[in-house]
Amino acid sequence: MIASVAWRNIWRSPVRSGVIIAAIAIGMFAGVFTTTFTKGWMNQRLEAGVETEVSHIQIHDPKFTENYELKKYIPGGVQLSEEILQDETVNGTSPRIVIQSMIASSETGTGVRIMGIDPEKEKTVTNLYTKVIEGDYFESMNRNPVFIGKKLAKKLKVKLHSKLVITLQDAQGHITGGAFRVCGIYNASNGMYEEMNVFVRNTDLARLAALDETVAHEIVVHLKEPEKLEKHTNSLQAKYTELDVQNWKQLTPELGYINEIGNMYTYMFVVIILLALGFGIVNTMLMVVLERVKELGMLMAVGMSKARVFWMLMLETVLLTLTGGITGILLGLGVTYATMKKGIDLSMYATGLEDWGYSTHIYPTVETEMVIVISILVVITGILASIYPARKALKYNPAEAIRTE
Amino acid sequence: MNIIDIKNLYKTYNDSEVKVHAVNGVDLSFEKGEFAAIVGPSGSGKTTLLNMLGGLDQPTEGSILIDGTDLSQLKSSQLIDFRMRNIGFVFQAYNLIPVLTAKENVEFIMHLQNRPKAERESRTMELLKAVGLEGRENSRPNKLSGGQQQRVAVARALASKPKFVLADEPTANLDSKSTENLLDIMEELNRKENVTFIFSTHDQRVMNKAHRVITLEDGKIISDVRKN
Ligand SMILES: Nc1ncnc2c1ncn2[C@@H]1O[C@H](COP(=O)(O)OP(=O)(O)O)[C@@H](O)[C@H]1O
Ligand SMILES: [Mg+2]
Repeated sequence: MIASVAWRNIWRSPVRSGVIIAAIAIGMFAGVFTTTFTKGWMNQRLEAGVETEVSHIQIHDPKFTENYELKKYIPGGVQLSEEILQDETVNGTSPRIVIQSMIASSETGTGVRIMGIDPEKEKTVTNLYTKVIEGDYFESMNRNPVFIGKKLAKKLKVKLHSKLVITLQDAQGHITGGAFRVCGIYNASNGMYEEMNVFVRNTDLARLAALDETVAHEIVVHLKEPEKLEKHTNSLQAKYTELDVQNWKQLTPELGYINEIGNMYTYMFVVIILLALGFGIVNTMLMVVLERVKELGMLMAVGMSKARVFWMLMLETVLLTLTGGITGILLGLGVTYATMKKGIDLSMYATGLEDWGYSTHIYPTVETEMVIVISILVVITGILASIYPARKALKYNPAEAIRTE
Repeated sequence: MNIIDIKNLYKTYNDSEVKVHAVNGVDLSFEKGEFAAIVGPSGSGKTTLLNMLGGLDQPTEGSILIDGTDLSQLKSSQLIDFRMRNIGFVFQAYNLIPVLTAKENVEFIMHLQNRPKAERESRTMELLKAVGLEGRENSRPNKLSGGQQQRVAVARALASKPKFVLADEPTANLDSKSTENLLDIMEELNRKENVTFIFSTHDQRVMNKAHRVITLEDGKIISDVRKN
């Protein structure tokens, strides 16, 4: 009965209630859509970071990671890579020769990291081969092909089939160089990655650097069960105690925290919106209480306890807040589902984003947990916003309340 | 046997510069089944007296016993419960919850008391019939005339079978026809069901209907006349 009175009371001033409900709805729409948008964005960054760039686990000589010294390779790394692949939890492995070197076009040069790979094996650990925008992934060209990023191609002012010279210090310490031709250009949606990472065949790179073809600086492991990352990292580390086994969370801590940070920001955003709305709700309910002093006095006189009056006003506030909140949340989810398939293209407005690895084409993602948390926050806002006005109502004793003008 | 015993009652307001002795030494008793009017000019203390009698306000001094229970001895939570069970209220205005229908308004207190649905419904319909509002049970207050609203208030006041009903100027906002009508209904309830009514008024026609007229002036009783 009290709930029904509370609900009907909301509609006594349809305009006033409507305004605050609309404000809450707009605020919550913004909150929810920002949340799903950010979530989608972060997930895409995570997906790109893991599946395109780092893969799940990388194994190195512990000294190699310190300064990428050419000689700190894993002897028999190619063999070891095959051995790890035998494990049934492993989806794919790829041995890489990794050398810091200079790359130069006829126009200009820059420092990069050259990855000598076996293209077929590499396909089992990252999806970079699906990101080809020009040419192909080591398919048609036989002599010294090089696969480079979009951003690097732009920086070096080269096109498909352009010649590039790679200069490095070989295993004997001699400076040596080799000519390569661009076989393909990839778009990793991450300018920094594109600028730094250059791929050639491991056989070509081993020859140039005077390294044995059986060695590898880096063994990349892609797991069948990425959710058991920690467990597999630990078991590989236990097995190969001389080597350094690191998963993507350890290799790129910023990716590991991306979810937490993303969630924190969106929750902060939602809380700030709710705080602002909270003041509006308090104001509306104060007006309500002032208008109804006589009626509240009558209710107390005929037998409603202060606790019940308090409860009724709190319920009215919470229902008011929830009406707006649920409308806004549903609107936010509606727009999310409507844009989920096609995504939202920001490339016109935010070209700089790609340099930092954030895609400019965003697919909003709904996470049930976040929707629940936001709904709970809305209810809490309603409860908190009701306390002050409801307490105001309880200041009066029934006789005073009925006498007020 | 008296159902109400008021002894040496005072109410003094200190909040302004001058002290106001709104009720200034009242001794008064009521018996079961009375139909009594408290009359007097505006400011004579009628509302203050009724509020204290209804446990809505605390006396500065003196005691009020209702069926042997001293109101001043009750804790505020007990007082609310006591009011709900023993006293029916009709005010001059703002008696009804605007968002509830006539029927729901009458039922409201029985809801607060968690009475079973069947009892609530039959009692409500019985009361609405008694106040002549059969057929209007689903109307909201704003669809009822002032007189009809006051009749709903009387029905509501009677819902929990109180020992007596206090009505503070129940006809002040009514035209003469509605006033007469309301008084007739109250009198009939008093006669047929022995409901005790204590109401205040400064309307001569209302006084004429009362079986007992208590006249206040400056917070004191200056006359108490019973008619037969
Ligand atoms: N809350 C209050 N504070 C100060 N004075 C009051 C208050 N309530 C009533 N009074 C004074 O008490 C006196 C009696 O008032 P009231 O009981 O309302 O009389 P009536 O109902 O007969 O018109 C009046 O002088 C009024 O001004
Ligand atoms: Mg009065």
